Amino acid sequence: MDKDWKIQQPDGTLTVRTCGWSPPGDHPVGCGMKLHIKDGRLVKVEGDPEHPISQGRLCVRCLTLPEYVHHPQRIIYPMKRVGKKGEDKWQRISWDEAMDIICDKIRYFTDNYGAESIVVFGGTGREACLYYYPLAFSSIGTPNCCYPLSGWSCYGPRCSITDYILGAGYPEIDFAGYYPDRYDNPNYKLPEYVVIWGKNPLMSNPDGFYGHSIIDMMKRGTKIICVDPRIHWLGTRAEHVLQLRPGSDTALALGLLNVIINEDLYDHDFVENWTYGFEELKERVQEYPPEKVAEITWVPKEQIIEVARIIGTAKPCPIQWGLAVDENPNGVQLGHAILALIAITGNLDVPGGITIGPPAALMGKWRMETRSQLPDELWAKRIGAEEWPALSTAMATTHPDETLDTLETGKPYKLRMGWFNSSNFISATCSAQPDRWYRALQSLEFNVVQDTFMTPTAMAFADIFLPLPTFAEHDGVVLTHFGRNAIFMGAMNKAFEVGECKSDIEVCIELGKRLHPEHWPWDTAEEFFDDQLKPEFGFDFNDLREKGVFQPSYEYKKYEKGLLRFDGEPGFNTVTGMVELCSTLFEAWGEDPLPYYKEPHYSPYSTPELFKEYPFILTTGARTFTSFHSEHRQVPSLREITPDPIVEINPEAAEKLGIKDGDWVYLENMFGKCKQKAKLTKTIDSKVVHASHGWWYPEKPAEEPSLFGVWESNINTLIPHKHIGKLGFGAPFKSLICKVYKAED
Amino acid sequence: MSQYGLLIDYEYCTGCHSCEVSCKNEKKLAHGVYGIKLSEIGPFEITPGNWEWNYIPSPTKLCDLCADRIEKGEKPACVLHCLGLAMDYGPVEELAKKMAAKGKKMVMFVP
Repeated sequence: MDKDWKIQQPDGTLTVRTCGWSPPGDHPVGCGMKLHIKDGRLVKVEGDPEHPISQGRLCVRCLTLPEYVHHPQRIIYPMKRVGKKGEDKWQRISWDEAMDIICDKIRYFTDNYGAESIVVFGGTGREACLYYYPLAFSSIGTPNCCYPLSGWSCYGPRCSITDYILGAGYPEIDFAGYYPDRYDNPNYKLPEYVVIWGKNPLMSNPDGFYGHSIIDMMKRGTKIICVDPRIHWLGTRAEHVLQLRPGSDTALALGLLNVIINEDLYDHDFVENWTYGFEELKERVQEYPPEKVAEITWVPKEQIIEVARIIGTAKPCPIQWGLAVDENPNGVQLGHAILALIAITGNLDVPGGITIGPPAALMGKWRMETRSQLPDELWAKRIGAEEWPALSTAMATTHPDETLDTLETGKPYKLRMGWFNSSNFISATCSAQPDRWYRALQSLEFNVVQDTFMTPTAMAFADIFLPLPTFAEHDGVVLTHFGRNAIFMGAMNKAFEVGECKSDIEVCIELGKRLHPEHWPWDTAEEFFDDQLKPEFGFDFNDLREKGVFQPSYEYKKYEKGLLRFDGEPGFNTVTGMVELCSTLFEAWGEDPLPYYKEPHYSPYSTPELFKEYPFILTTGARTFTSFHSEHRQVPSLREITPDPIVEINPEAAEKLGIKDGDWVYLENMFGKCKQKAKLTKTIDSKVVHASHGWWYPEKPAEEPSLFGVWESNINTLIPHKHIGKLGFGAPFKSLICKVYKAED
Repeated sequence: MSQYGLLIDYEYCTGCHSCEVSCKNEKKLAHGVYGIKLSEIGPFEITPGNWEWNYIPSPTKLCDLCADRIEKGEKPACVLHCLGLAMDYGPVEELAKKMAAKGKKMVMFVP
């Protein structure tokens, strides 16, 4: 890429090259773009054709960035609440005053109740994911850093499972992202098939995977198999869609293993040399013959067998696992079974297969290491850590469900101060029963919110609001998969300023220097990034700006070369040194060491009586191009494309209920109720409905009780608290039951 | 001089709306006014498991094939930003050859 990342045009426009992250949100995808600034305003955003991954392409969320950046409702100065909680009464204050107030409060709660009385909440996907841990551990000094989603049901389970079964970072399909010459690189091999399981990467760009790479590969000849209860657009271009019953995924994975093992389609060399527990797995999968699995999953037996044969024989045939693995109380077993499928078919760490990164790198590593700055006795007070070792070993956070219990009961101690970093979780995002969280959070005495807009969560709870800059307004480094498989790294360049906003790392440094200066030797974000980059790569932040993007290349079959284990021996960095088809750690934590299927808590089979009253299986949370969870609802051009929360219903089912396309309907179950707009489509089974998440209405009244209409279409109110797996992971966001009826109001 | 056109490969148009929005940016168009607009056909099932679901963006008379950008050596805004890399720009004779070479789900517009 061109060395000049900042160009002054003859007409006075400043053009700045950057790689996107957040806010506004997405995962660390790092798409390349050019920001055009005139008279202090962002006037246009264009894709950067030189970027090796995005190649000029850009989605509508970045194309509309000027509407977001200069939105009249955006908060661009620090604010202090001057009314009661829930009233829309605020006063602009300086950063110094905000920091003075915050530091006084932190010292007060720490001195009187212990630092553990402070809890830091983080949201999904945004850059804050790298910084809210150090904000808690290193700047504030509390062990309680919380991702509030029940069962930690997003990315964390998959990362933890991978850590325990493979001893590695995040497993991602090989889309040649490591190489400047991409698919033409001589070391690369195009996948014959890609299996996309519970995921729609075109819209979600999951964890930094560039979603439309799937299209790039299809054009070159890759065939697609989808595993999904919905036939989405990609499904109509797939060779197979295994349209399974929501929540029955683990049975399907075990059925596929059954066919592959019994028909002897597995990679004997890999299984013999690099796996542990194959015989036990072989015995276990005998319990899941295709005809039984077909009954459980609603996927025809013949299709299960045909797809299993493809997975067993196509080379390479990586499986891309999705959020459906996490949002499932039986998800640990699903993740384990999918990793077993990948491993025994010889698709692990090979060209065009599944790549694996180190457990952590760069800021991803630093964020975890900052926990060692807390004394052991304080670290031991982390909420839920002792009760849920399978979660607390891999994750540095509290247990999310236990955190809600602690807020409600004051046990084992009372939480008194909250810090919400990029998390609007009383909207239907990262919490189950957000209405219950909302009530429980009232007990906090003082709260800080960092965000870009006054969200329902901020309106309800903030005492101090700290404004975040968008990615166009601050320096940073974007690395895919949060460092757990950094396929490439890009420079995020500050192009201009709006108001007085400070980035996550700037706030961490400023607060840290006041409260714990020993942990914060850096004066600026740039110094911090220099220190992150130089030891590992030998170049600094400015060098990265000039490179634009850095692709580190990739070494395949690392397990043969002693590149995965800390001791330098061949094998995997697990207890047995092998891929653990039978898990020593799961067993140690009281769980079955082998994958098994467990029926969802609520389903036509586990609760047949309840199912008569609530006769639909409810699945939630599919992505759109126009929003990232609860973000972007106030951007006019995006709202024009996606004006309303959509629930998908099969036309036959809708007709019986007198529901027409475009009708507003209520979705209701034992836990809650919400209103969405019906879209009739045959791409969903007549016994299943799919509802949208993340909806609130920035145009509705801000104050209590409305809170921007946050309760009207809030699908997460139908998801119960603490219905999680035995190891503490996975909640049923994608497999509940509900009834649907036309809204007459 | 050749007539120029826009080629759409609707096998790979994923319905992302980037063409619409980047065009609005380029031409500074008001809400509800489009230089190119996406339409959707389907989804419907022809035979079990055989679905038809296509997105096709159609240029309007506001489309001048980004004459200003072409003059600067750049691609039209919609072609550059298309997430599926499913759009192409060029002389109609060349585009027709590309259509024939692919042989399915291609459409050319001469706005």
